[in-house]
Amino acid sequence: MSDASTLDRAAVLDVTAIRREFPILSEQVRGKPLVFLDSAASAQKPRAVIAAMVHAMEHQYANVHRGLHWMSERATEAYEAARDAAQGLLGAASRDEIVFVRNTTEGINLVAHSYGRAMLKPGDAVLISAMEHHSNIVPWQMLRDSHGTELRVAPVTDQGELDMPAFEALLADGRVKLVAITHMSNVLGTYTPVERVIALAHAAGAKVMLDGSQAVVHRRVDVQALGCDFYVFTGHKLYGPTGIGVLWGRAELLEAMPPFLGGGDMISSVSFERSEWARVPHKFEAGTPAIIEGIGLRAAIDWTLALGWDRVAAHEQALTDHALARLSAIEGLRIIGSAQDRGGVVSFTLDGVHAHDVATILDRQGIAVRAGQHCAEPLMRRFGLDSTARASFAAYTTLSEIDYLAEQLARVRAFFR
Amino acid sequence: MASEAAFDELRDLYQEVILDHGRHPRNHRRLDDADRSAKGDNPMCGDRVEVFLRLAPDGRIAEASFDGRGCAISQASASLMTELVAGRTPAEASSIGAALRILARTGSCPVCEGETRAAMERLAPLGGVSEYPSRVKCATLAWHALDAALTEDGLAGEGRASTE
Repeated sequence: MSDASTLDRAAVLDVTAIRREFPILSEQVRGKPLVFLDSAASAQKPRAVIAAMVHAMEHQYANVHRGLHWMSERATEAYEAARDAAQGLLGAASRDEIVFVRNTTEGINLVAHSYGRAMLKPGDAVLISAMEHHSNIVPWQMLRDSHGTELRVAPVTDQGELDMPAFEALLADGRVKLVAITHMSNVLGTYTPVERVIALAHAAGAKVMLDGSQAVVHRRVDVQALGCDFYVFTGHKLYGPTGIGVLWGRAELLEAMPPFLGGGDMISSVSFERSEWARVPHKFEAGTPAIIEGIGLRAAIDWTLALGWDRVAAHEQALTDHALARLSAIEGLRIIGSAQDRGGVVSFTLDGVHAHDVATILDRQGIAVRAGQHCAEPLMRRFGLDSTARASFAAYTTLSEIDYLAEQLARVRAFFR
Repeated sequence: MASEAAFDELRDLYQEVILDHGRHPRNHRRLDDADRSAKGDNPMCGDRVEVFLRLAPDGRIAEASFDGRGCAISQASASLMTELVAGRTPAEASSIGAALRILARTGSCPVCEGETRAAMERLAPLGGVSEYPSRVKCATLAWHALDAALTEDGLAGEGRASTE
């Protein structure tokens, strides 16, 4: 293991300075300094995000898109700036292609409900993978059951990579009209080879929706360069607040899709006989939106972009390499998945110790990890597991936190012996 | 060993009786001649347990066993349960279960009396989970399944319980 080079690369991101921007990281947990290794579930928030939200509430808050008064105009400006920020983050062609949703789950449900019902016919197939989060499984099962579409599942290999020959074979009969797949597994850390997936899907006549919940935090996403058709992510994993996420869709697809929810803000005129839909993206944004959260998301996007993607990627790689090296050296510890292209999420089991006991013992040492099925029960079953413990990393994660995790894990088995 | 000392603060939760029953659960087998059985699910964590009861002619629980895998807490709780309910009436077994749920949530059981009180002394180590709210259901899962086994559905082996 090349500790020196690992450290050099990590040093590219000034983690010490970054950590000072996260007030929560100086908290003590059960008398120990917090070691937060659960960022894949939800990331902590930098001061910039907190301050932006507080500032909005203290200085420029009113409902948006409707008030003919100064406060509403300022709030609308601040909120709509989030749309520009999201457009920039994803490299979208137009700000009108950015639809605000509550979270990734709602974004996927929107695509399933609106695109799925209007554009897919009974007998058409939706293709997902075996490493999807429940949020990218259940909406397609619901569509299957209500609309008569077929749901196909591309397997993953023992290494935890998408089985590409099988994926290609599932596209072969031309009935798959939509591929809905994760950009990065929340359990295995595997990055899906999305360029190849998109090329194959398009060649087979299918559109592609990517679940970017994990990937968007770690890698530059350019939806135009990728050529996908929908991209969904959530704000709270990207150092932003809960309650706000983004669905990006190609303008022509969004234009053709019927609304998801009905109500205020999504119409241009209403009578008791009929209503006219507002233009995209407002057609999909019924009701008063998450105004404060949108303003927080804008701050989170700006904050993330200021880190620099090269530095973020190098940091994630250094952390992941270090974690894999340190954890795999622990007797009885098994890391799930060994994909070539993988990021800062490491799931593992420890011989003779249940994941929940691992998590509780680590918690007592101040370390937050997730334990359980990670909202991916079918994937757990694929690997013959009831549960795993999972450590996940962010821009504020340090190599010494991973060392501390490894030290404490090495002691867990002794305790249970 | 130094590492053992470093984890001393965990002894409130992982007392020796829990580690022992967690490592070597008693009555951890299916009962082929069970009169009652039920499955318990903890959907939050994926733990599953199945409880089997054989009843004596007078209606008492002659034998109890369980099947399933889970964390040390859930295994120890199920193991202790199979030992404690044997020889008791279904009503007594249920009242111990009710007391255990209070113990797991609050760390004590001021209302426990009589027969239940003696049983609760053995279950007292499970009170440690009250400091860890996310682990309370690990301690109560098997007892939910026990209750389900004692219902009509349990008679047909169709009993189902969930911690949610």
